[in-house]
Amino acid sequence: MEKTHISLTVNGAKVEALVEPRTLLIHFLREELDLTGPHIGCDTSHCGVCTVDMNAQSVKSCTLFAVQADGAEITTIEGLAGADGGLHPLQQAFIDEHGLQCGFCTPGMITRAYRLLQDNPNPTNDEIRNGISGNLCRCTGYQNIVTAIHQAAVTMAAEQQEATE
Amino acid sequence: MAEQEKTMTLEEREATLGGIGTARKRKEDIRFIQGKGNYVDDLKLPGMLFGDFVRSPHAHARIKSIDSAAAAALPGVKAVLTAADLKPLNLHYMPTLAGDVQAVLAEDKVLFQGQEVAFVIAEDRYIAADAVELVEVEYESLPPLVDAFKAMDADAPVLREDILDKTEGAHGARRHHNHIFTWEAGDAGVVDQAFADAEVTVKELITYQRCHPAPLETCAAVASMDKVTGKLTVWGTFQAPHAVRTIASLISGIAEHNIRIIAPDIGGGFGNKVGVYPGYICAIVGSIVLGVPVKWVEDRIENLSATAFARDYHMTGELAATREGRITALRCHVIADHGAFDACADPTKYPAGMFHICTGSYDIPAAHVSVVGVYTNKAPGGVAYRCSFRVTEASYMIERMIDILAHKLDMDPVELRLLNFIQPEQFPYNSALGWEYDSGDYPTAMQKALAAVDYDELRREQALRREQVARGESRKLMGIGVSFFTEIVGAGPTRNCDILGLGMFDSCEIRVHPTGTVTARLGTKSQGQAHETTFAQIIASEIGIPSDDITIEEGDTDTAPYGLGTYGSRSTPVAGAAAAMAGRKIRAKAQKIAAHLLEVSENDLEWEVDGFTVKGLPEKRSTMKEIAFAAYSNVPEGMEPGLEAVNYYDPPNFTFPYGAYVCVLDIDVDTGETEVRRFYALDDCGTRINPMVIEGQVHGGLAEAFAIALGQELSYDEMGNLQGATFLDYFMPTAVETPEWETDYTVTPSPHHPIGAKGVGESPNVGGVSAFSNAIHDAFAHLGVVHMPMPHTADKVWQQCDALGLGD
Repeated sequence: MEKTHISLTVNGAKVEALVEPRTLLIHFLREELDLTGPHIGCDTSHCGVCTVDMNAQSVKSCTLFAVQADGAEITTIEGLAGADGGLHPLQQAFIDEHGLQCGFCTPGMITRAYRLLQDNPNPTNDEIRNGISGNLCRCTGYQNIVTAIHQAAVTMAAEQQEATE
Repeated sequence: MAEQEKTMTLEEREATLGGIGTARKRKEDIRFIQGKGNYVDDLKLPGMLFGDFVRSPHAHARIKSIDSAAAAALPGVKAVLTAADLKPLNLHYMPTLAGDVQAVLAEDKVLFQGQEVAFVIAEDRYIAADAVELVEVEYESLPPLVDAFKAMDADAPVLREDILDKTEGAHGARRHHNHIFTWEAGDAGVVDQAFADAEVTVKELITYQRCHPAPLETCAAVASMDKVTGKLTVWGTFQAPHAVRTIASLISGIAEHNIRIIAPDIGGGFGNKVGVYPGYICAIVGSIVLGVPVKWVEDRIENLSATAFARDYHMTGELAATREGRITALRCHVIADHGAFDACADPTKYPAGMFHICTGSYDIPAAHVSVVGVYTNKAPGGVAYRCSFRVTEASYMIERMIDILAHKLDMDPVELRLLNFIQPEQFPYNSALGWEYDSGDYPTAMQKALAAVDYDELRREQALRREQVARGESRKLMGIGVSFFTEIVGAGPTRNCDILGLGMFDSCEIRVHPTGTVTARLGTKSQGQAHETTFAQIIASEIGIPSDDITIEEGDTDTAPYGLGTYGSRSTPVAGAAAAMAGRKIRAKAQKIAAHLLEVSENDLEWEVDGFTVKGLPEKRSTMKEIAFAAYSNVPEGMEPGLEAVNYYDPPNFTFPYGAYVCVLDIDVDTGETEVRRFYALDDCGTRINPMVIEGQVHGGLAEAFAIALGQELSYDEMGNLQGATFLDYFMPTAVETPEWETDYTVTPSPHHPIGAKGVGESPNVGGVSAFSNAIHDAFAHLGVVHMPMPHTADKVWQQCDALGLGD
């Protein structure tokens, strides 16, 4: 199969590659770029473990071809960090609130929560639950994930407040 | 550093320890939240190839021919394996954990839809997928058997031609070609008499539907045979790495010390990853034949179609009682559908697992159970999904039967439970089916739960609501479900627990380094249960070194001491005990070293948090950090240097965690939809190592119980087609459907466990399903409904409402 040239930005770095048109974005990220944070968990785009941030939107990278990411700006879990280069408030909150157990849904969940909070910095519990309804978890029963996202929202709002003062 | 420690207060030292009882944060999280976990599919090795299966579309068919020429000719394809290639190695069949054999690649016939027929190995997963499409298999359909109740009919189709002549199965005589085993416990004669004499009896067929654990990470393996050293390394989703190593050695002929099994991070197990699958064997054979690593990762359809399903138990339960509600006997007959091969991961002597825990929390003087296992044209297995070896089935049966008896007697289901509870003074309690329950205080737990939810008020509210519905003022039925489960975990004493002969002990090895930090390894394998944290906490409390300074390692058979792995909530009861016992050996040696350092007798010392103090002279102290260095630099005359210990723990008994769960829900009579208003879960798991971790385990198990009770089912049509092997159909609740959870606890330590801990991971799935199901039934109880089979989907619940004339 004839390959196509794509050029995109991933976690702040410019990337050039030749890919088959049928190569899924998730496989390109994991196997070509060695970004194994996003995972594969289903065949029907239900589970969300493949979630990445593309052009300021949460997308399921299992349901996109790499060629569709040509010219895009992508952030994966590996590209998330706090303002000082340390952990992002979401990452810290997931630790503090026990929002993970096996860790398999966690990269996609945090990446999704990142965009959720960008779009809605002060969500209610219902808005959080609806906001992450595209990300399955089998271990936590969701409750601590919701608490973690809420806690991160509070922390980020406080940091924002401090920054503007 | 030592000086700083000496000036900390006792409270500060205890807090620094992060030992048993502290809700400390998890040590493993730091890699997962950064996407730096190491799961099997993350592995990339030079020259690695990718394997994929050709699978049968038929539930039952003869294989007339397999033509792999076109597939083999596709550029990038390195090999296409069939049974003919595996047969000379005697690997076309593999032993199952239940004493049966399972086809690795189908030879003459296929026995379930999705069964493995050929294994394609190619340069990447896309080429492998292309090649799978090019393999041509010619089948001749055979009539499928999908009804377990018809499996032993005289004219039932023959499924297992490979064992047709075997009249002796692994668990006794086989009396039909589709019969696997019959297993019994209890006294049938006494029970028959009790039923004959009974004032009241109830009988009901309680079916626990076939479902699947569906962890988010599917099963996978990377096999790498090093031709130069002769060493085989296999990374895989293995809940029991050492057992896999021993089995791999026995079936391949490769010496066990030349096999290294590595279970890295596992994305959820729930029992799905205990057994050995054809994909693992084919990857190993591929690597041996081709001399490069071979990776196999199944997709979700494959996972749901072909790997260890759970349940599929058809249980006819009967209770005999006095008219006041005192139960005099329990009888239960079960038809167990194991699919095409008995791949159950049970201890050898228990083909029905711990099903005979089914007297539950109740003092039932006489009981008898019989379980008949049969083959059908479905995927192989049976034991999985947080079930503690059939305890979910047993508990569901008894909790439903209690409610059904209460219904018949017009008694409150809580009253009936309180009346029949095993009382605190009866422990240790010998059940009529042969178990010795270690400890429990059921009435206290029940009363605590009832008070927390204000049970009487809920019943008052329900009475009012029933009137409102009757008058047409409300269209929501209210249900209150109670479940008081006792389960049996911590398999188990080697005198009756083994897997393929390997005793179900477990182990811990602890090494304290000169600068006072620790590496410890265990024979268990976490798939998210926080072992890197909780085992460090146990060891911290035993040897006085902070859990932050203790690294826990599991899963590499080259370094970890032998163990039987993690499932059935056995890690804390067995390996946790080994950790405590190994820790005590270290502390005993440390005491001798401390005595030497302080120039006193051992008997003059007492242990205090993180070191030894001379009795009556608190300022004369030797901390574990000081002792650790001394172990390598200044040991007493005649003592071996070093500070390490190993313990292999053979538990004297199982442990018996229990709990009281209450579920309150409302059912919309026009749509059949259920809204869970409240779910309260009180668990008694004995000593609580990390309350935060326990709460997380309960949340997760309850979410799985919710999924099972309200929607999960793997069903087959009459042709053996699996109906819905993707998440389009298989109910996987999101954060929207999943209720909120309230957790609570009592603490009744296990008297036989070194730290009194019982284990908790599976309790919520055991207790949760009954609570949800009983709540749904309770909503209809006043309308005469006795029993409705799970899952209680909106459609099925609506059908019930419609049948009662409740809808529009």
